[in-house]
Amino acid sequence: MNHLLLGLIVLPLLGAALILLTSDDSQFGLRNIRFTALFATVLTFALSLLAWKEFNPASADFQLVDEAAWLSASIRFKLGVDGFSMPFILLTTFLMPFCIVASWVSVEKRVKEYMMAFLVLEALMIGVFSALDLVLFYLFFEAGLIPMFLIIGIWGGKRRIYASFKFFLYTLLGSLLMLIAVMVMFHEAHTTDIPTLLAYKFPAAMQTWLWVAFFASFAVKMPMWPVHTWLPDAHVEAPTAGSVILAAILLKMGGYGFIRISIPLFPDASLFFAPLVFTMSAIAIVYTSLVALMQEDIKKLIAYSSVAHMGFVTMGLFSLNAQGIQGAMFQMVSHGLVSGALFLCVGVIYDRMHTREIAAYGGLVNRMPRYAVIFMIFTMANVGLPGTAGFVGEFLTLLGAFRASPWVALFATTGVILSACYALWLYARVVFGKLEKPGLMTIQDVSGRELAILVPLVVLTIWYGVQPGAILDVFAAPTEALLKSTQAAAQAAQSVASAVR
Amino acid sequence: MTAPLAAVPALLPALPELVLAAGSLILVLIGALAGSSSQRFVQAMTVVVILVAAGLVVGQSDVRELAFHGAFIVDGFARFMKVIVLLASALSLVMAQGFLNRQKANAFEFPVLVLLSTLGMMVMISAHDLIALYLGLELSSLALYVIAAFRRDDLKSTEAGLKYFVLGALSSGMLLYGASLIYGFTGSVEFTAIAKALNGHASSGVIFGLAFLMAGLAFKISAVPFHMWTPDVYEGSPTPVTTFFASAPKLAAMAMTVRVVMTAFPDIAGQWQQIIVFIALGSMGLGAFAAIGQSNIKRLLAYSSIGHIGFALVGLASGTTNGVQGVAIYMALYVLMTLGAFACVLGMRRGDHYVETIDELAGLGRTNPGMAFGLAMIMFSLAGIPPLAGFFAKWYVFVAAVEAKLYILAVIGVLTSAVGAFYYLRIVKIMYFDEPKDAFAPLDGTLKSVLLVSTMIVFLFWIWPSPLVNAALVAAQSLH
Repeated sequence: MNHLLLGLIVLPLLGAALILLTSDDSQFGLRNIRFTALFATVLTFALSLLAWKEFNPASADFQLVDEAAWLSASIRFKLGVDGFSMPFILLTTFLMPFCIVASWVSVEKRVKEYMMAFLVLEALMIGVFSALDLVLFYLFFEAGLIPMFLIIGIWGGKRRIYASFKFFLYTLLGSLLMLIAVMVMFHEAHTTDIPTLLAYKFPAAMQTWLWVAFFASFAVKMPMWPVHTWLPDAHVEAPTAGSVILAAILLKMGGYGFIRISIPLFPDASLFFAPLVFTMSAIAIVYTSLVALMQEDIKKLIAYSSVAHMGFVTMGLFSLNAQGIQGAMFQMVSHGLVSGALFLCVGVIYDRMHTREIAAYGGLVNRMPRYAVIFMIFTMANVGLPGTAGFVGEFLTLLGAFRASPWVALFATTGVILSACYALWLYARVVFGKLEKPGLMTIQDVSGRELAILVPLVVLTIWYGVQPGAILDVFAAPTEALLKSTQAAAQAAQSVASAVR
Repeated sequence: MTAPLAAVPALLPALPELVLAAGSLILVLIGALAGSSSQRFVQAMTVVVILVAAGLVVGQSDVRELAFHGAFIVDGFARFMKVIVLLASALSLVMAQGFLNRQKANAFEFPVLVLLSTLGMMVMISAHDLIALYLGLELSSLALYVIAAFRRDDLKSTEAGLKYFVLGALSSGMLLYGASLIYGFTGSVEFTAIAKALNGHASSGVIFGLAFLMAGLAFKISAVPFHMWTPDVYEGSPTPVTTFFASAPKLAAMAMTVRVVMTAFPDIAGQWQQIIVFIALGSMGLGAFAAIGQSNIKRLLAYSSIGHIGFALVGLASGTTNGVQGVAIYMALYVLMTLGAFACVLGMRRGDHYVETIDELAGLGRTNPGMAFGLAMIMFSLAGIPPLAGFFAKWYVFVAAVEAKLYILAVIGVLTSAVGAFYYLRIVKIMYFDEPKDAFAPLDGTLKSVLLVSTMIVFLFWIWPSPLVNAALVAAQSLH
């Protein structure tokens, strides 16, 4: 037994504690705070690489398990990772330093609290992805609301208060039903230990209710149509780094929840509800893509495109075949990189112009050629151009969905076309055209600091587009195990149905 | 000479109460003889007496002991509740000092009345028959009526005292009426004898009596529909008095309610469960919705307390040991959070001028980061957001409800807690998102320490929950 995962959670908290003790009343103190935050996140990333080295992707078991006594004999403090959670932990620790650097100069007020909120948020996100106990999972899942609420509310834009309340109450309401479901499961199975529950078979009627309760929470978090409306508001008002975290990691908690809890624990209900999820996903993909076309705010447009991309994820997950699930997982990771990078790109021009109106830009390519190239790569990845990370996920999820339901795949494919429309149109309006706006005449190209943030993301986006196997192999073992259990459930359901007949 | 001495061991279980009684009598003498200048001394001695009593309670064994011919019981449950009541009383006294000095309201009667009221609560918790229950209740209530109207020249304070007295007298009457009906139909006032006489079967007279009894108890814990006094009394009373009202008496009354229903009516749980479910739903709903529009922080906390009593009752509604454990954990953490919150309310002052409007907290995150952080954590905890202590309080009561298959109650309960989250968030929003107003005076040392301890426990409870959880389990098991 080793404590690597615990270390991953504790390290950012230690960083936050250090910052708490640092005085912020001088320029020197502020510098110390920023560097402490950066070191804490970089160290956490290094530690997560160490965990990755210890991790054996060929096995479907939970690894690096660490447990201790907690609430009771059957509710224990238990951490562990498998192929589904490890990539998210790496994604979290990888993106965090970029978020800190991206806020280096753009956050001027209350730097101390800002950095602390981010470090605490990082610890909680790692906690979500490594928790192997439902109560612990819920604890981390919900606790993330507090720092995010403060990040949007304190450092956000004009309508930050509305957005922060909407974000908090929407997600809280969804999660509370999940809490009741956790209690019911505890009462039924007398444990909340996830590995034990994986072997436990809940009665079919109960599965339905439990699935719905968990769905309420994860669907809001994803977010799925029609409960996605909190996301555009939260994105628009949040500071750049907040948007990055929101899009890249917080949204993935919903998908992770589906694959960690809903599908393996309630396989019968997942089969039963798959058509519903398909319908909602297809509507989400087409509807939000159309909505994205109409946006005048860059961040809002990307937010709606996130909802559409998450539609591909839910569609892939509930196609319940290898392509769909692996594609959905890949889509989540690649969307984490690409949408995070897109928000960083918006941050670059927002820091210069302090507006997110599409109409306020135009012709940036003349003054910012490097920016134009980078933004182009991420736009293409967002569209799903082959050769970028965005393509693999979309293609695989569509393939999986086609095997499950060709009609849904047909509808969803139109979403790919629509995404090309809004993304390329956005790019054209912002980057191309004549450089006419007076404020843009003196705009500076990306600085060294910004390049240092964006270039690694460019490299990864292309690398995973060309070499998707590097990630896909990690999902392979747990996907196989997951499918085995759901197919057993499907066969059992079929045999019951034929017996009834 | 042997006869009186032989009676002494029989009184030993009530030793902490005897210490409180003797202490209050001596202190009232000292106060009367030395005049108002002795207030500080009396106050300090009161705290000492309470702490001595707490030490004695801790020293008692967990074995169930009866005294006064079965009217008075000491068991694990009583000890758990008494320790918290005594600590809460002592802390409210300590926290009151700064306010009393600044408001020139330092009369020696205040600590003595708190002491007497605490004695009454101890008797309530240990009551094992209906007469002892009424005795304790009245002793505690009479003292509370007086300290609610403690500032005689203040219109609101006297109004609060009068309201509390009139409604309290009415509820006492109902409780007595219910007690007399139960006595009439079962032939006994002692809890276990009542349970034996009922033998799992309730005649309509007993049910009638039970309903009246519950009405009286609901008034004391300020549960809907007998909550009307709470907002006015909270707002009108001087803040230190509100601090006291919000902590110890609530806990004692809840302990009394739990003991009555669990030991006197265990076999007719179906009868009282309906009542508890109803008042729990009402309290949670009212607490969530009525607090939204409040602008006075004391009034807001009053509605919040109504809501929290509703949540605690969810545990009782299950009627199981786990449920009682949940109630014990809930009330203990609730008292802790309340004391922390009131430490902040008592700290809302500029110079010698105390303010109570929520808007005055604007920008506290910048003017007084420590206090703002503490209050924010307590607010998130009251809203039940993990990993703070309030989440675990809710977890235990709702698990008990789910185990008792009270799904509707549990679902409505969590939904109201989402509504309630709105007004707790509003306080956080005012402190952190709004533009700062003039800074408050720095917190007194005592307030600061209470807030610090409260915040630390709220914040770190999740790392090591077992001491409280196990103690509450022992307490709950002793009721069977």
